[in-house]
Amino acid sequence: MIPYDHVLGLSVLLFTIGVIGALTRRNLIVILMCLELMLNAVNLAFVGFNRMWAGSVSGPETPVALDGQVFALMVITVAASEVAVGLAILISLVRNRDSINVEDASLLRW
Amino acid sequence: MTAEIIFFYAFAVLALASALAMVTFLRNVVAGVMSLVVTMVSLSGIFVLLGAEFVGVIQIMVYAGAIMVLLLFVVMLLNLESDDFGPPRSLRGVSKLVGVLAAIAVAASLGVALSGGLPAPAAVPDGFGGTRAMGRALFSEFVMPVETAGLLLLAAIVGAVILAKKRID
Repeated sequence: MIPYDHVLGLSVLLFTIGVIGALTRRNLIVILMCLELMLNAVNLAFVGFNRMWAGSVSGPETPVALDGQVFALMVITVAASEVAVGLAILISLVRNRDSINVEDASLLRW
Repeated sequence: MTAEIIFFYAFAVLALASALAMVTFLRNVVAGVMSLVVTMVSLSGIFVLLGAEFVGVIQIMVYAGAIMVLLLFVVMLLNLESDDFGPPRSLRGVSKLVGVLAAIAVAASLGVALSGGLPAPAAVPDGFGGTRAMGRALFSEFVMPVETAGLLLLAAIVGAVILAKKRID
């Protein structure tokens, strides 16, 4: 039996690594990858909690509750669309500023 | 110690090591993307160990396949091999925030571990998290979120095309 508190601990550690990367790196691609890492950490927590309580909660339609896994699928969908839009923004940033350093995109900063 | 637990810790160490490598050491963007692929594949292994076979397969197909290929494609298209922006931003303001977050996280997991741990999960029937069970759930209880996700993907595709195309005027 997998220790479930360690699953949650792994999720927390991955999320923290993602936060540190997104806050400290200046390369826009690396920042996008750190966002993906954070979404994946959340997915891990969803799936872990689903397995933890699946046997004790059940819905009317499904004999065993799968809500956490469905949530994880929705998060994967959102991550896919986020990366598509983010890379489009990156391409147009390179066209206009000729750089992927986020500090070069400071037109709206005060 | 069963094989399940050994595999879980192996995948966990692999995921953490490659995520750390991506964030801290690697200055080569292509190597960073490859390192993130290792993280995604090990997380997919953990999903399968947790009984979520369908989500694990989708994780490999969508993340390790589609999203990473998209990232690599853009890296190659724009010819951005290295990240020579000097040292990372100064950590003074950031380190406080991250320190507080990490401290809360460690305290919470220690609290859970010391208060007798989490309840042992009940047994689940065969086919839990498989394609049949997930299909039933997605197309009965969760039809509305599935349709909304389709709408979101359509909006994202249109938005990406509009943002990335050359200006014609």
